[in-house]
Amino acid sequence: MFELIGVAPQALFGQLLLGLINGAFYAMLSLGLAVIFGLLNVINFTHGAQYMMGAFGAWMLLNYVGIPFWGALVLSPIIVAIIGMIIERTLLRRLYHLDHLYGLLLTFGLALILEGLFRRQYGSSGLPYDNPLPGGTNLGFMFLPNYRGFVVIASLVICLATWFVIERTKLGSYLRAATERPDLVQAFGIDVPRMITLTYGFGVGLAALAGVLAAPAYQVSPTMGSNLIIVVFAVVVIGGMGSIMGAIVTGFGLGVIEGLTKVFYPEASSTVIFVIMAIVLLIKPAGLFGTAK
Amino acid sequence: MRFAAILMAAASVLAVTASAQAQTPVKVKIGVLTDMSSLYADLAGPGSVWAAKKAVEDFNATNKSLQVEVVAADHQNKADVGTSVARQWYDVDGVDMIVDTPNSGVALAINTVTREKNKVFVNSGAASSDLTGKQCSPNTVHWTYDTWALANGTGKAVTKNGGDTWFFLTADYAFGHALERDTSEVVKANGGKVVGNVRVPINNADFSSFLLQAQGSKAKVIGLANAGGDTINSIKQAAEYGIVSGGQKLAGLLIFLSDINSIGLKTAQGLNLTSAWYWDMTDANRAFAKEFSAANGGKYPTMVQAGVYSGVTHYLKSVAAIKSAKDGAAVVAEMKKMPTDDKLFGKGEVRADGRQIHPMYLFEVKKPSDSKGPYDFYTLKATIPANEAFRPLDQGGCPLVKKT
Repeated sequence: MFELIGVAPQALFGQLLLGLINGAFYAMLSLGLAVIFGLLNVINFTHGAQYMMGAFGAWMLLNYVGIPFWGALVLSPIIVAIIGMIIERTLLRRLYHLDHLYGLLLTFGLALILEGLFRRQYGSSGLPYDNPLPGGTNLGFMFLPNYRGFVVIASLVICLATWFVIERTKLGSYLRAATERPDLVQAFGIDVPRMITLTYGFGVGLAALAGVLAAPAYQVSPTMGSNLIIVVFAVVVIGGMGSIMGAIVTGFGLGVIEGLTKVFYPEASSTVIFVIMAIVLLIKPAGLFGTAK
Repeated sequence: MRFAAILMAAASVLAVTASAQAQTPVKVKIGVLTDMSSLYADLAGPGSVWAAKKAVEDFNATNKSLQVEVVAADHQNKADVGTSVARQWYDVDGVDMIVDTPNSGVALAINTVTREKNKVFVNSGAASSDLTGKQCSPNTVHWTYDTWALANGTGKAVTKNGGDTWFFLTADYAFGHALERDTSEVVKANGGKVVGNVRVPINNADFSSFLLQAQGSKAKVIGLANAGGDTINSIKQAAEYGIVSGGQKLAGLLIFLSDINSIGLKTAQGLNLTSAWYWDMTDANRAFAKEFSAANGGKYPTMVQAGVYSGVTHYLKSVAAIKSAKDGAAVVAEMKKMPTDDKLFGKGEVRADGRQIHPMYLFEVKKPSDSKGPYDFYTLKATIPANEAFRPLDQGGCPLVKKT
């Protein structure tokens, strides 16, 4: 059957697995975006820059402080999240009562500034970061680098845990309630503004965590976020703005579709996601998992 | 009041005649059109602007006949942005010459505009050998390197060392296609075979899928017909997927000093590469590198930035010789007539097709333990003499070359 489509089954399995690995990054980034949009109603364009800061954080911790990858995996997202919360407290908060567009402009501007600062300091071609898990396993149909295997498992665990917290726990129910009727939730004695700050910090932390995971696999460079963020926005739109499960499923799904395109028609691999986005928007404008408001 | 006005008028008349007697310097405006912010910004970009200004400064120290101004712009790797900057510069701002311009797609567009406006284009950053081949122009000089020279250096060396089956990972635009084409020819001419290729969109982050296809092809050599960030990611990820330890060899066809810095010697060691210039070869180069590094945050100059210095120097000498920068074709004709000679590229010439001729060098990337300081990356393996380094004049299909 596989010979019919002109690709050996081994190559196909390999590509499917690779798609999942890329999908893991899409899923983690779009999850953060979805959480922030779902609860704050802010389209966070700084997300790409925060992903980049996560990777740079790991590099700085290693080169200036001597903290290896595993420590950075915890520390760097926390540091970036704190910076994110400061941004939320001082800047974003002032825009909640205005149209979405203002939040978008602010975050987009911040992204450009952050990227420019890092480019000025570290140049555009990136910095080396050693692989913490060198070597790999031969699966028979492909050679799976240990590190990539770790990325898939780690991101699946993180995604599912986030989904569980938001959809199945009491804290999650407060969060969801606060998006619908902040005034009522506040009346029950819950500090809504603090919750929003923490949520933004959490979303940003997820982006930074994806950045740390990306550091050994890709180059640590100031433009790494802006190259990826457009695709991630497409993923969020396809999945449905603000839908947690939608972001996870479409993240992994589109990673696989993109992976397959790289085999059958590599020239289109950078555009296939946008073609899918256009089709989905025509058929289901709210996205695959979104609900029309 | 009236008396004062008459006095002032008289004074200004006197001033004009005085300066005319002191021989007014010829005004020249140079535009550095480059990638200031994206994947090629470290190998050209602000460093190229510095190199152009440095060339002007050094020229002025010995020759006072020109009054030179340097401006710069970012082409964002888009041919349409590059073209509109060039038109604005040529039509409105009085720019006489454009220099650098990495990205072959943009460079080919600037080549056309420059010819149409009869200005001068000295290219250092782009690679496509078409600039001095089918698309050669009486207004363009291609300075530092090209795809033919890279293929002839790295491609030949690797094929002759037993790497006789190739699979190409090609950047999907003018540059990648030209590099793949020129390298395939060299591989075949040396008894090798090309078993496959894959065209990858530019500025791609993840190469694992393409690397897996290359791995599946069983080719002995994986030729990387890409540049900048794309090359960095391919080499880094090839290490991750055990391609080199699995017995396949990587041939980076275009690798810059800045790329090695970004990959790290640990991953890059042992790579073969072809370059037109390396900072640690002569005292003059080392002095230039030291000054460059002090002015550019510790970075060291790449061959592209050195080429900008060298190209601008030769351009200024030619303008000084004919005492005008206005007729682009005339300046380029003078650049071809006058032998090139500067402290970085040494003695050479500009051929009828616009190709500047100098030796090319085959380097190997050092082991981390052999590297003694910042940017101490290469060991010289072979020098390709100037007369063999570039495509023979009669094989490029350039209409400017008279058939004999």
